Amino acid sequence: MKETILLTKHMRDNPEESHLIDSYEKNNGYSTAKKTILESSPEKILEEIKASNIRGRGGAGFPTGVKWGFLAEDEDRYLVINADESEPGTFKDRILLERDPHQLIEGIIITCFSANIKEAFIYIRGEYAKPARRVQQAVEQAYQKGYLGKNIFGSEINLDIVVHLGAGAYICGEETALLNSLEGRRGEPRLKPPYFPAVKGLYMKPTLVNNVETISSVPWIIENGGEEYNKLGVEGSTGTRIFSLSGHVNNPGNYEIEMGSSFGEFVETLGGGIRNNKKVKAYIPGGASAPWFRGDQLDIKMTIDDVANNNSMLGSGAVVMMDEDTNLVSAAKSIVSFFAHESCGQCTPCREGTTWLEMILDRIASGRGRTSDMNLLLDVCDNISPGLSWPPKMTTICPLGPSAVSPITSLMNDFRDEVESLIPTKVLL
Amino acid sequence: MSWDDKLLKQAKKIIKLYPQKRSALGPLLHLAQSKDGYISDDSITVISELVGITEVQVKSVSTFYSMYKQEPTGKYILSVCKSISCEINNSSEVINKVQEFTGLNNNETDEEELFTFEAVECIGACGGAPAVQVNYETVEGVTPENAINLCKWLKETKPEVVVADEMQENFGGIKSFDWAIQDNSGATSTAPGFQTLKTTKVKK
Repeated sequence: MKETILLTKHMRDNPEESHLIDSYEKNNGYSTAKKTILESSPEKILEEIKASNIRGRGGAGFPTGVKWGFLAEDEDRYLVINADESEPGTFKDRILLERDPHQLIEGIIITCFSANIKEAFIYIRGEYAKPARRVQQAVEQAYQKGYLGKNIFGSEINLDIVVHLGAGAYICGEETALLNSLEGRRGEPRLKPPYFPAVKGLYMKPTLVNNVETISSVPWIIENGGEEYNKLGVEGSTGTRIFSLSGHVNNPGNYEIEMGSSFGEFVETLGGGIRNNKKVKAYIPGGASAPWFRGDQLDIKMTIDDVANNNSMLGSGAVVMMDEDTNLVSAAKSIVSFFAHESCGQCTPCREGTTWLEMILDRIASGRGRTSDMNLLLDVCDNISPGLSWPPKMTTICPLGPSAVSPITSLMNDFRDEVESLIPTKVLL
Repeated sequence: MSWDDKLLKQAKKIIKLYPQKRSALGPLLHLAQSKDGYISDDSITVISELVGITEVQVKSVSTFYSMYKQEPTGKYILSVCKSISCEINNSSEVINKVQEFTGLNNNETDEEELFTFEAVECIGACGGAPAVQVNYETVEGVTPENAINLCKWLKETKPEVVVADEMQENFGGIKSFDWAIQDNSGATSTAPGFQTLKTTKVKK
């Protein structure tokens, strides 16, 4: 199994200076944006994006061309790049921000041209200070060259980019929470409807919210054509995707591959196998929100639809391997604690439920569990996501609450014995 | 107004970046954090006047986000990640060692106001687990022993600029990816080091 290098090409070929505009331009950088602005039309660009069949890389996997097509008419429209990458296991946007910020900026220029947008924001999580500095430096270089600001590339078009730092809140990855945060409010997801920021978004104006990796793919798609991109990968999961591999593997890291191979092949080849030749007990296929797969399910294909058909999600493309020695109750507790900490507190089932789940798992993990805790865990989960089905039903405004349910249903369905073995049998309450 | 002219000028420059004043609230709170090491009542008053919202609205936003500190912090915020990839790669031992060395519980600051310790959620360094941040500069692949060495080094040398690459070279291990680019820029306060906030410098 080999990588297919599109988005990570420039940084690989020019490792020490890939963040600088000179290096980017030497490798034909900004030529696609320039051609687009001077020779193309917004409709043509949208057609190419639709033809590429690219789906959003943030987690939800919504078709990008369709999203752009929703954008309502208005004098003021905005593009917001979601660089609030915080899903545990995920670090793919970090490399794109840190090592190839100009590719993102070129993607923004083309996107704004297609959508007739004059102002874009890059919302970067506050903990990504170094990546944010690189992006800010790149934005300043692009302004100096006249690729941003007034009359870009000598055209009639104006475009400004503001780099905005978040302040430590996972929930701001949810697009309406991100918009609230960018408006200077608490990062609480908005009540729906309105369902789409493309209709009512930032300042209640039509707004495109796209992930870093999605927009970083735009220059390649426009340069080579949507059809070419569509040929890569498999139907429903076209193009390449950067997977973040972590956990008990020999070679953790970011790997750009065409979707369609199995998780097992990915881990054995690019990942270098599991450390110390151990077996996989369980793994997470798409970030902490995704239900787990067992070690005997490594033949599942890495596509959005295959993973969904097996009742999980490819999500943000974060693959976390857990070997046979992993204490899965502690692992689940870590994930549940994460969601308990990051719950915004608006909806009772999530705010109270995640905290209770954390407390119950904590007492099981420390050997103080009760027999009744098994059903209690499932009961609390059922209050957050009725029926415990996949995709989850919700009693909450956003999917954060149901995300905390994922590791628990995984434990209960596939590793119930392991949980029970931690509960002292003498305590019958 | 307890903000000096220089800081106020900086604040006004930031406000101008946005179509609506209130959008500058987040960055202004980062400015307040960089000034005092926490969000002081004075800063809340100043910001509420600058942005044109009430003090309680500012406070409500400032308490929502974990990077705005409500109590004074030390010179260095030590953030050890405890999310899933770090958890299964022995982050609990790193946390124990840092707590032992500093004598601090979660979210506490020592008496000399040198260290604030916190066990934090995912910082996007999962391939380099376990990972640590000092004033939001990331070090990856930190062993328990090196976590102590890092704390000792900070205590002894008290660097004015905290630089990720310098710490990585001396105390780090496996990384999420090749950092490749030489970078001596870093953070100068307990707010993230960022040009627009004037909280970053290049270490000579």
